[in-house]
Amino acid sequence: MQQDSSASKYSGKKHVKFSDDALALAEKIMKRYPDKRQKSAILPILHIAQAEFNGWLSVEVMDYVATLLKIQPIEVYEVASFYSMFNLKPVGKCVIEVCRTGPCWLMGAEDIVKFIEKKLGIKEGQTTPDGMFTLKTVECLASCGTAPMMQIGEKYHENLTFEKCENILDDYKNKGEEISHWRKERIKHHTDKHI
Amino acid sequence: MGRQILINDLDKEGVNTLSGYKAIGGYTAIEKALKMKPEEIVEEVKKSGLRGRGGAGFPAGMKWSFIAKPPGVPRYLVCNADESEPGTFKDRFLMEKKPHILIEGMIISSFALGANTSYIYIRGEMMYVFHILEKAIQEAYDAGYLGKNILGSGYDLDLHVHCGGGAYICGEETGLIESLEGKRGNPRIKPPFPAVVGLYGCPTVVNNVETLANVPWIVNNSGDEYAKIGIGKSTGTKLISASGHINKPGVYEIELGVPVEEFIFSDKYCGGIRNGKKLKAVVAGGSSVPILPTELILKTAKGEPRLMSYESLSDGGFQTGTMLGSGGFIVMDEDTSIVKNLWNFTRFYHHESCGQCSPCREGTGWMEKVLHKFIEGHAQTKDIDLLWDIQRKIEGKTICPLGEAAAWPVAAAIRHFRSEFEEYVHQGKNMIDVKHYYRLNNLQEA
Ligand SMILES: Cc1cc2nc3c(=O)[nH]c(=O)nc-3n(C[C@H](O)[C@H](O)[C@H](O)COP(=O)(O)O)c2cc1C
Ligand code: FES
Repeated sequence: MQQDSSASKYSGKKHVKFSDDALALAEKIMKRYPDKRQKSAILPILHIAQAEFNGWLSVEVMDYVATLLKIQPIEVYEVASFYSMFNLKPVGKCVIEVCRTGPCWLMGAEDIVKFIEKKLGIKEGQTTPDGMFTLKTVECLASCGTAPMMQIGEKYHENLTFEKCENILDDYKNKGEEISHWRKERIKHHTDKHI
Repeated sequence: MGRQILINDLDKEGVNTLSGYKAIGGYTAIEKALKMKPEEIVEEVKKSGLRGRGGAGFPAGMKWSFIAKPPGVPRYLVCNADESEPGTFKDRFLMEKKPHILIEGMIISSFALGANTSYIYIRGEMMYVFHILEKAIQEAYDAGYLGKNILGSGYDLDLHVHCGGGAYICGEETGLIESLEGKRGNPRIKPPFPAVVGLYGCPTVVNNVETLANVPWIVNNSGDEYAKIGIGKSTGTKLISASGHINKPGVYEIELGVPVEEFIFSDKYCGGIRNGKKLKAVVAGGSSVPILPTELILKTAKGEPRLMSYESLSDGGFQTGTMLGSGGFIVMDEDTSIVKNLWNFTRFYHHESCGQCSPCREGTGWMEKVLHKFIEGHAQTKDIDLLWDIQRKIEGKTICPLGEAAAWPVAAAIRHFRSEFEEYVHQGKNMIDVKHYYRLNNLQEA
């Protein structure tokens, strides 16, 4: 991964476009908001964009989202850079988000981060050379009663121990799938029929 | 004591589905409510004494009565499901286990407020719950509880769920509104309050998940009946998220007024401190509220038993009391380093400050740096005064209360645990700190 090259905010792809399913879903979501307020859909659509484009938002992807929402690209950049769930640099197939806030920290979150760093041979914020994992630390995920915990995609992994972490990460590695917060299956099969 | 009205029947089959929820009496309040006048519902909620469960504890009925009603302008109800206050996880629990109680509460509340479109703003990290809500909303549409002419009443309501992108500040109601409009979550200057100028410039009420989930019970049983639960002005039940060094962490629905001592030590609730350790301190209402040492959390300064209620927890003001807040109850045992824990919280607030107000943006960063000096063993005694000074210069000087949320924990830690700061100054690192590292799995101290 060339995370730190200055060109990394560009994906190198010229023609960025959502899949048909994603486009249909994005249009449905825009209808949840009143007329001329489609900008409200920006956060859900950025999540879908991350799922569609390898887990991160390149400048081209954000420009594409701007055209979908009929807003200026800067309006997308300023939002994408404000919220912690959006990755503005390439990430691994599987982003590990370990909670580091108070209650999890009291229960040993620091040790969990160190363990994963050691296991994967990377530091927090880095991606493994094979492009499989990126390790992030995040703030309280409302799961403090089952601390320490981490999130991978939409899934919460709770009451972590070193052994559990070991098994969970091996599992993801064996599957080798790309994981996103808004799961790909949920873009295809969507329940919203009323709009 | 001991009544439960929100999560008493989670063991029943399928309460997460519409039919299972109906089997436990769900969606009966909505039939009753649609036959009432909107003002009558507001009146019942006022009588119930229900207070906002998001943290501030503002009376819900009163908030509803403030909503402006200019003719021809839409009104909105927005449910705050951002739940990002460290130590709080009750809303996620409730929405996952019983999504329809929130949906029913929102339909009734929207009707009472005269809103025809309502939103649930859920934080993006809870994406799986976002999809649970989408599914539940679709079920409610299919059953005729949402959409046009609900149950033949002539009332129309569209309910949508919206997901955030990861930002604590979007829990603050005007930051949430900005975010829902598709912008950065920068809180707005008030007044005007959302009840007058809210979402898309229209009158808006923002309520917490748990607040709204209480509404069906109130409509079914009356405000007066609700007011009989709990103690004094702390009516009803409260979902408490219990975490930290206790034997039984989890979400407990308590009747307001349970003694704190009972809550921590009885097997019905937290089951005492784990590994046979002693209690050192509690943060009783989410990371923003003042920390209290054992003596003051179990008893008030007057020596009365402290109760789990708005009034009792705040008894003594910030000198000797704290707040019920969001009900995020974080318990710390004797091995916990208060200074290091405070550093962690302060780091959180620094990370989450939206950056609009200099006292908060800069002040949280300074406090984090000074606290880091303590845990690295470089601090001097005068740094304690410096910390005190910085927090004083944040409190009350910012657009939104994130400033206070960052300042209060610092003030309380210095107030009640000054000697521990001094220990860091004199010993560099104290032993408590070293013990902390090997807590997980009672780990290999190597
Ligand atoms: C920094 C900050 C974060 C907040 N986070 C939340 C939150 O996650 N959930 C919530 O319900 N209220 C939160 N609040 C409180 C809201 O601003 C608001 O008071 C609440 O949603 C009102 O609902 P209620 O009256 O039903 O409690 C937060 C406030 C501040 C200042
Ligand atoms: S502190 Fe980790 S989930 Fe709350």
